[in-house]
Amino acid sequence: MKTIKSPMAGSVWKIVATVGQQVDYGDTIVILESMKMEIPVEADSAGKVVKICVAEGDVVDDGVVLVELS
Amino acid sequence: MTNNVYEKLEQKTAWAKAGGRNGPKAAKWLETRMFVRDRISALLDGEPEFEDGLLAGSEKDVPADAVVTVIGSVAGRKVAIIANDFTSKAGTWGYQTFLKITRFQELALQLKIPLIYLVDSAGARIDEQKQCFLGRKAWGNIWFNQVKISGAIPQICVLFGPSPAGAAYIPGLCETVIMVDKQATAYLGSPRMVHMAIGEEISEEDLGGARMHCAVSGLGDILVKNDAEAIEVTKKYLAFMPQSYLEKPAVIADRGKAAPPDLEKVIPESEKVPFDIKVVIDAIADDGSVLEHKALFAKEIVTSFVRLGGMPVGVVANNSKFKGGVLFNDSSDKAARFIWLCNAFNIPLLFLQDISGYMIGSSAEKAGIIRHGAKLLSAVCEATVPRITVLVRKAYGGGYLGMAGAPTQPDAMLALPTAMPALVGPETAINAIHFNHIQALPEAERAAFVAKKREEYAEDIDVFTAAADPFAVEAVVHPNELRKELIQRFRAYSLKTPVVYEKRNPIHPV
Repeated sequence: MKTIKSPMAGSVWKIVATVGQQVDYGDTIVILESMKMEIPVEADSAGKVVKICVAEGDVVDDGVVLVELS
Repeated sequence: MTNNVYEKLEQKTAWAKAGGRNGPKAAKWLETRMFVRDRISALLDGEPEFEDGLLAGSEKDVPADAVVTVIGSVAGRKVAIIANDFTSKAGTWGYQTFLKITRFQELALQLKIPLIYLVDSAGARIDEQKQCFLGRKAWGNIWFNQVKISGAIPQICVLFGPSPAGAAYIPGLCETVIMVDKQATAYLGSPRMVHMAIGEEISEEDLGGARMHCAVSGLGDILVKNDAEAIEVTKKYLAFMPQSYLEKPAVIADRGKAAPPDLEKVIPESEKVPFDIKVVIDAIADDGSVLEHKALFAKEIVTSFVRLGGMPVGVVANNSKFKGGVLFNDSSDKAARFIWLCNAFNIPLLFLQDISGYMIGSSAEKAGIIRHGAKLLSAVCEATVPRITVLVRKAYGGGYLGMAGAPTQPDAMLALPTAMPALVGPETAINAIHFNHIQALPEAERAAFVAKKREEYAEDIDVFTAAADPFAVEAVVHPNELRKELIQRFRAYSLKTPVVYEKRNPIHPV
């Protein structure tokens, strides 16, 4: 199981990926908002989205698991 | 019989030069790696000009005592090379190895020529520790010398293989470390020692592999795929460096800019939308001149050597594509060290600002963002090389100063028309200034009030006000004219004599 973690503290602005979607390296999975910036979080390896662990509006710290990939 | 000594010289020389390349394990090892003397001749213009201590170690059957020390030329410039021979007793350090290394360090410093360490060593020889560990003349002198040399002549470490335990401080004390992927490693304790001491199970690659060091720990500066690429990158890097702090790096012919992109289309209008600042760097640099330093580490800031009209320049640029371009501990460290490196070797600095600030919040504070942020401010304020700051987009708060804002005395502050310099951005400002008023309004009216005030604020902080009123910027420049403007200004500012304050040393925040 691979996970994609939040790179920094902020809030979840938009969830781009959907459960079951096949994603590739560099695909945007989630967009955070932090420090008044949109922070796209990209997949760091290819895989299938198994679970989305956060909801839009959630406040997350750095290192929090956002998405699980197979 | 009179010929004996000559035959002996010939035999001993040939034996020492062969290192361990004819040993039982060498053939397999050499399938993916270059022999130490081939690395040296690939780096040099031809063969070495002279070599010291070739016959050291022959009495104990270790060719050259596992290290080759030569002087030669790279693109016509003299350099000193210290290179471990992994095929000779795994490149380990004995007594003569230590003598050869320290003697060459002293020679390079005396001659004021760059010193290149080609590292590939299994570390110290435990059976020689009595002579080599404790005394005043012992292995530790290598690091003592590195510190003494630092900033006087370039010290480059090319890590081809292992450098465990104490040997790991050779890359640790060089200003630039080039690491070969899947070959180079550095760690204080080996996987076996880690398992014994703390119970952790970890592979050598995950513990101290090249990729880990280039992307996570920050020890490595440039990751390369094999020996040949390591040598090519070393040559390219060396071209940006002078022979010593006494000289300026060489200016070469302007290769120009064949097809620059339209930067009006590259920089997004909305301050919230990230973009890749490397496109801007590529657009202003001479064709093919960019050499990025620490490309995989703390990507929210970019540090690159480039040429502008043939002149070497160090670029420090916020990259909103990663972590919003915000300054964290690692990004502050990365930028500070790059600034010290450029300043030491008379390389002018260019700052490209698009910064919403240093990171805030409890985890950033606990991790010491103020200490690390102060380190960057120190490096910026200390720099005496020609220095230009360009406001690309956001320039907020302390980040504006950390990225060489006007109060840090750059030679020029330039701004693109998209710049937004301010203490804080519109959203934060309106909530701070009008908090009580907003709370007092009926809920239905709040959004409209905030939007109107933000718009007024955004207009108020635009760059034309900054250029007209407090004279904070020297010039507002169209992005497509930036390259030309920078070349002309750097050529002029490079005529200045830097002011150096006399004292023992500043007390740097770390």
